[in-house]
Amino acid sequence: MAGHAAKHDYHLVDPSPWPFVGSLGAFLLAVGAVGNMKGLVGADHPLAFMYGDGSFGGLILGFAVVIYTMIGWWGDVIKESRQGDHTPVVDLHLRYGMIMFIASEVMFFVAWFWAFFEYAIFHEVRLDPGLAQWPPAGVETFNPWHIPLMNTLILLLSGTTVTWAHHALQHGDRKGAKLGLIFTVILGVCFTSLQVVEYMEAHFAFSMADGGNLYGSTFFMATGFHGAHVVIGTIFLAVCLVRLLAGQFTPEKHFGLEAAAWYWHFVDVVWLFLFAFVYVIFG
Amino acid sequence: MSADAATHDDHTPSMWDWRRWVFSTNHKDIGTMYLLFAIFAGIIGGGLSGLMRWELAEPGLQVFNNGFWGNEHNYNVATTMHGLIMIFFMVMPAMIGGFGNWFVPLMIGAPDMAFPRMNNISFWLLPFAFILAVMSMFVPGAGGDMGFGGGWVLYPPLSTSGHNGPAMDLLILSLHIAGVSSILGSINFITTIFNMRAPGMTIHKMPLFVWSVLVTVFLLLLSLPVLAGALTMLLTDRNFGTAFFAPEGGGDPVMYQHLFWFFGHPEVYILILPGFGIISHIVSTFSRKPIFGYLGMAYAMVAIGFIGFIVWAHHMYTVGMPVDLKAYFVAATMVIAVPTGIKIFSWIATMWGGSIEFRTPMMWAIGFIFLFTVGGVTGVVLANAGVDQALHDTYYVVAHFHYVLSLGAVFAIFAGWYYWFEKIFGVKYNSLFARLQFLFFFVGANIIFFPQHFLGLQGMPRRYVDYADGHAFWNMVSSWGYVVMLIGMAFFFLVLIDAIIRRRKADANPWGEGATTLEWTLSSPPPFHQFSELPKIK
Repeated sequence: MAGHAAKHDYHLVDPSPWPFVGSLGAFLLAVGAVGNMKGLVGADHPLAFMYGDGSFGGLILGFAVVIYTMIGWWGDVIKESRQGDHTPVVDLHLRYGMIMFIASEVMFFVAWFWAFFEYAIFHEVRLDPGLAQWPPAGVETFNPWHIPLMNTLILLLSGTTVTWAHHALQHGDRKGAKLGLIFTVILGVCFTSLQVVEYMEAHFAFSMADGGNLYGSTFFMATGFHGAHVVIGTIFLAVCLVRLLAGQFTPEKHFGLEAAAWYWHFVDVVWLFLFAFVYVIFG
Repeated sequence: MSADAATHDDHTPSMWDWRRWVFSTNHKDIGTMYLLFAIFAGIIGGGLSGLMRWELAEPGLQVFNNGFWGNEHNYNVATTMHGLIMIFFMVMPAMIGGFGNWFVPLMIGAPDMAFPRMNNISFWLLPFAFILAVMSMFVPGAGGDMGFGGGWVLYPPLSTSGHNGPAMDLLILSLHIAGVSSILGSINFITTIFNMRAPGMTIHKMPLFVWSVLVTVFLLLLSLPVLAGALTMLLTDRNFGTAFFAPEGGGDPVMYQHLFWFFGHPEVYILILPGFGIISHIVSTFSRKPIFGYLGMAYAMVAIGFIGFIVWAHHMYTVGMPVDLKAYFVAATMVIAVPTGIKIFSWIATMWGGSIEFRTPMMWAIGFIFLFTVGGVTGVVLANAGVDQALHDTYYVVAHFHYVLSLGAVFAIFAGWYYWFEKIFGVKYNSLFARLQFLFFFVGANIIFFPQHFLGLQGMPRRYVDYADGHAFWNMVSSWGYVVMLIGMAFFFLVLIDAIIRRRKADANPWGEGATTLEWTLSSPPPFHQFSELPKIK
């Protein structure tokens, strides 16, 4: 648009359906989630399979629209990048955007650490004597030097392999870049798998319905949100691997990979805080 | 300039093409949508406050008596939704989404925002979040009662075990989506302001409105995710058996208050800071002087933003905090009066010795300065933990925050509306009607809210459908004030109708030499894509 007269390097994006479709998807996802949790229509309503109590229809619909938007929107971004719309200044925009996004993610984790510390440090003010001790009565915490240490080493190693991939790409070593990324994705999957094993072995419950308490709530929500970020980061890196195999990254221009690497390092740092405080110091 | 504008105007899509709006990637169109959405949400939120003033006009039950709409519970639903709608769907969309989108790129000499497509999802998430919020009023909340009535702060246990129906879940997800919208918008503004300033516009030459938006969006970026975390904890406590705010499982409802106000206090500065920026431009323009103490003004906003993160517990003096902790929060809170004073005195110093013209926006701006000062002074009173012990959750608090928001932020929005109306819509407005709106608003809002100080000092609690007979007189006065403000609102719509019918072509710069920022160098309305050749700043 206006390209005929523009004497600047900014990218004036063409009109796009994705913001509206994505917003609609978020709305459908929200309504579907409330339907699933609470039931917005009765069990004999014709839409009970969508929005009845415990139904998954509305959730799946909303999720599908959101995923469709992501594929379409980010596919457009890749297309624009490849047709040269991402000038140096636009590239800088993307870098700022990613840094700010990660900053907001950090603040999201602040809330979960806040809840954990509130209990870990001030547990003695609880009225119930079982809840006023640390760890609370009936909670058997994990030995940090078993699976958690293993997971720490896996994530640290994956941080080096993603850096290997990045440097290899910068030096034109495409084989090294591919290997580095493949290792990183595999290590991400290993981490998630070991987290699943750990969750299955937990000697404390998530829900109060199963005899759980605030320890289980903070532990599972904090490590669970971290795990979700690991899964997202793994997918992000896997997409970068596909794009690398498709020849979309050059030694000079590969911000998608860099953004994935930044995100991966952020996930890594969150884990180090979880490991240090949740597993070791207050373990 | 005009020749350049003409060639571009040829490419402006038709106003009646729905794709221009729904698929928009144009910061001015998106800004206009934000403004219209804010007006719409403001009508709903203002209508709810009308129901409340009607109910409180005299003792007993007038409205919420299972007649017109619902019972006493629905009064609390009305207070809750009035607060949430006005904050998230009226003030923030108008100031940051509307004026921010319109004028940040224009003032820094940029052709558009950094992420034009993301800009549009920041907008479109809001109407959908609004639908969720309105839906929540009409589905079961507590028992058989519809909607969530626990106040806009959503404190547990009212927001967990107290309201077991889907209303609260819809509200939580509505705020999640509105939060995503604001975070994406913040990322967009920060990137735009840091990277897209015209050649020569250093950070210390940026117009103060741009500074105010920059500080505001940093507050949003860093505080909203914490609210998202707290809301998620509410959601899992409600639906998945976690114990975050459940004492029987070791949880702590006060922890919610900490998390909420760690967001909530920056949020109140988010609501007012863009107003500070708007007022600075208007005072400078109509005094025909550069703003007094430009750098002091800019860094006062930075200071307010920073201190805004470390005073949150002054909203919770009555939860049983240690005295030392209260002493800290009292001291830190009072420190905010210093940068705020810098701003008030610098506006006055700007007017001092200036060639002052009382055009419509200037009247709103001076009204703002007076009313915001009243609200600021009662804020210093409330900052004292000892005094607050008595005034907490009384109408004194209601009066305080409506002076800084309903009379502060809203007056700043109308000041900006009448300052930039011709620039945005390209037509002149009837300034007599606009001044009458100001007159009725100024008188009406003071009649509504000044007596509420007395009611609070008499001990009338917030968020209650009825009151003791002793509070009757000032409540009646307050409700008549609403009628006066309603007349002012009628003049607001008269201005719009008059402008639509008469369509008098606006000048590029209606304010003369006092208006020095870049938006006045463009036509009214500006070309669909401005600054194809970037302006050079000396």
